[in-house]
Amino acid sequence: MSTAIDITLLGKSFGPHKVLDDVSLAVLPGELLALLGPSGSGKTTLLRLIAGLDQPDSGAVKFDRDDALRRRPKERNVGFVFQHYALFRHMTVFENIAFSLRIRRAPKDEVRVRVTELLKLIQLESLAGRYPAQLSGGQRQRVALARALASQPRVLLLDEPFGALDAVVRRDLRRWLRQLHEEMNITTLFVTHDQEEAFDLADRVVIMHGGKICQLGTPIEIYSNPADAFVHEFLGESNRIPGRLRDGVFVADAGFVAGTAEAADGAATAYIRPHHVGVTAQPRGEWVVQRVAATGAQARVVCGHHGVVVEAAMTADALLASGLAVGSAVDVAFAGGTLFDQDGKRPVKLTAARPALVTAGL
Amino acid sequence: MAGRVSLILLALAFMALFLVLPLVIVFSEALSSGFFTYVGALNDPNVGSAVLMTLMIAAIAVPANLVFGVLASWCIARFSFVGRDLLITLIDLPFSISPVVAGLLEVLLFGTNGLFGGWLTANNIQIIFALPGMVLATIFVTFPFVARELIPLAQEQGNDEEEAAVTLGASGFQVFWRVSLPKLRWGLLYGVLLCNARAMGEFGAVSVVSGKIYGSTDTLPLAVESLYESYNIQAAFAVASLLAMLALVTLVLKAALEFAHRDELQATRKQKAK
Repeated sequence: MSTAIDITLLGKSFGPHKVLDDVSLAVLPGELLALLGPSGSGKTTLLRLIAGLDQPDSGAVKFDRDDALRRRPKERNVGFVFQHYALFRHMTVFENIAFSLRIRRAPKDEVRVRVTELLKLIQLESLAGRYPAQLSGGQRQRVALARALASQPRVLLLDEPFGALDAVVRRDLRRWLRQLHEEMNITTLFVTHDQEEAFDLADRVVIMHGGKICQLGTPIEIYSNPADAFVHEFLGESNRIPGRLRDGVFVADAGFVAGTAEAADGAATAYIRPHHVGVTAQPRGEWVVQRVAATGAQARVVCGHHGVVVEAAMTADALLASGLAVGSAVDVAFAGGTLFDQDGKRPVKLTAARPALVTAGL
Repeated sequence: MAGRVSLILLALAFMALFLVLPLVIVFSEALSSGFFTYVGALNDPNVGSAVLMTLMIAAIAVPANLVFGVLASWCIARFSFVGRDLLITLIDLPFSISPVVAGLLEVLLFGTNGLFGGWLTANNIQIIFALPGMVLATIFVTFPFVARELIPLAQEQGNDEEEAAVTLGASGFQVFWRVSLPKLRWGLLYGVLLCNARAMGEFGAVSVVSGKIYGSTDTLPLAVESLYESYNIQAAFAVASLLAMLALVTLVLKAALEFAHRDELQATRKQKAK
């Protein structure tokens, strides 16, 4: 299958700090790909290297087999949208969008037609004469997008495109961008640190951490099969239970059986999502409820057992029905989870232990 | 409330005493012996030569510092290089040195007994006591005006718009002409106006290097002094009124430009505030 962008062993250091550590990535034509990671993970640097705003120390970037690194940024024909818009403050909306066409000396009529078309696309036809400072954040971001699209780039790169906007505008703009992408089908990479945004918008997601790619896959693949402990924790709340796997049974260091898994014996840590933790009132239970909190429709129950603390998520209705309160004795069971080795690698599915096994373990 | 009123009154009184009153006195003294005497004093060929000299010096010094200021702010805001901090510090040097010292330094460099004096004499180049020396002295003294106005502005505006222009296909030259320069243009205007006012009004440094050859190497400020020293008070004030008028024209020009571009200016300021 052909690729739109081929990145091979790309490396970049700022001083002694390695920002990108031999990153390889193949971006498919027409896909919407999210680069997701905490700040400092190298995702923005990767984007800037693709656009040519920075030069890599090593590696290759190819656009459709064409060596992009040999080309200067102005020859790469890449649309770039900056987090803080970077609109030209001394130009009107119209002139901002027309910039790349004017640079290419497009005929006046053509410029007018194309810019009008783009203004219609971003639904800001009436504001063509305004200056960027007279627009709202969401409007500015749309102008920035139209400006990047004006010269029909082969790749669209967006750096935290919604980072500076409030939540409602963000959601609207996200939907609008997704729709736009479906209409135009332009290969798009966007950087975000917001997991919900990445999963909601992207066809595939790249998780980055410490200058490396941890995992690449569709949102559902990544969420259900995190490649390492970092990804598991980054994608949502995780209960961490250290323990040891022996003959396929995972026994926590605190002494209880947490589940079964098919892997070699040895020390491991179980990562379990709060919604996989089941709590049932049980007068002879070994666990004690330490804290109960209801935040709207969702409720959280924190239980402790010999120094291990786990958090369970349930609906507020279920919490009310269960009658759980601080100090209740309970049983805790895990419906599923993932085991990682001591380096946080080599994931293995943890499955719920049968009650008989739990009793035997105790 | 009463405190605020008295504070405002105090500020107004201070302005009237130190800014408005001197200006009024300059014009009233200049016209004290009647309008025709005033015109006669200005019609003196020596005054004419001083006007010419002042305009010529400003016409060379201001563009020179304009180019330097733009380049310095561009380099300082866009690149980080060895000696960047030193450059920023050095730009302020003319502000912290007395203009008279600046003039003397030049005499020490280019005067007959100066560092380059022998070579200059041998090649028949006159710098001191001539226009080139006065231009150099003026450039030195007005060095920081444009740069000082632009550097903080360029640093605050950052590099984002330039990077955007690059991704949109602009070459380095196009980035400079279409983005960097226009976004600095208001700072540029103020810098040039200040630089020009100072270039025309400079006394100390120019006085040292000019040799004060009346009717030849005289500028307007130097003419005011020599007329005053020779007890030609009315003529001295007449020439001073010319300088004052230059200042007023500058102010009116600035106000007019701001008025003509008020929409854009307001829009740009709003963005700055956010």
